[in-house]
Amino acid sequence: MTMSLGPYASFIVASYAAAALVVAILIGWVMLDYRSQTQRLRELEQRGITRRSGRSATEPR
Amino acid sequence: MTLIDLANPTRFLALTARVLPWLAAATIILLTIGLYQSASAPDDYQQGATVKIMFIHVPNAWLSMFVWGVMSIASLGTLVWRHPLADVAAKAAAPIGAAFTFLALLTGSLWGRPMWGTYWEWDARLTSVLILFLMYLGLMALWRAVDDPSRAARAAAVLTLVGAINLPIIKFSVDWWNTLHQPASVMRMGGSALDKSFLIPLLVMAVAFTLLFVTLHLAAMRNEILRRRVRSLQMTQASQKAA
Repeated sequence: MTMSLGPYASFIVASYAAAALVVAILIGWVMLDYRSQTQRLRELEQRGITRRSGRSATEPR
Repeated sequence: MTLIDLANPTRFLALTARVLPWLAAATIILLTIGLYQSASAPDDYQQGATVKIMFIHVPNAWLSMFVWGVMSIASLGTLVWRHPLADVAAKAAAPIGAAFTFLALLTGSLWGRPMWGTYWEWDARLTSVLILFLMYLGLMALWRAVDDPSRAARAAAVLTLVGAINLPIIKFSVDWWNTLHQPASVMRMGGSALDKSFLIPLLVMAVAFTLLFVTLHLAAMRNEILRRRVRSLQMTQASQKAA
């Protein structure tokens, strides 16, 4: 299927590309932040710093 | 699991671990369907192919206000009910809302140039959305400026509720003032003004972007809970060293 976007194709493509880029940045930010926080928690637990409950801070249960 | 159970961050983390993969899968499927339908939609008789920008612009514009609405409810949760996850929800939503608002402004500008002959016009709708974007940035700056999350939460909650005044101004700006921006064409008295060939892809994209927000928001809330655990353990470590 070929799609003709007419004389304003650059505006349409730029809109979709910008949306894809911003969504990719959001997903990347959330994933990298999760990795960073769990790594910091593991490092603290390895140093013997634990929660009062004694549970692992990275475990959701 | 009841709503009150979710007040416990540990139970909330368990819930997010279960639902996030399903939400992400549903978002990907709906976005794929929505993008296919958007690409297949016919050209508008006046706007030509630029009508395709609507399928990105309108969901982001809706979400820019919806996210502030979510933050306003969360702010009530902070100030009135003192729900332990309310400020986590508000803080996690702000960057996502800012990103959607930025996309609404950018895609609107890229749509405006071929249709209106200008990227920007200081009319009521565009200006009120720009103010919303600046308020998102202000809130994010406030969260970063105050170290103690509970103190920052109360200040941010007040600012969020004051900022909610802007939501009806954005919504009704096209009715109250003479603006370049078109009036409401989907949610209006007498039904949608859009043909089904445009309305269906638009609604699918709107649901897909809403699911994307829910997925990202839950993931960002999980990260914020973990960040606070890091902070708490670091304070424990500091007090052990001092003793």
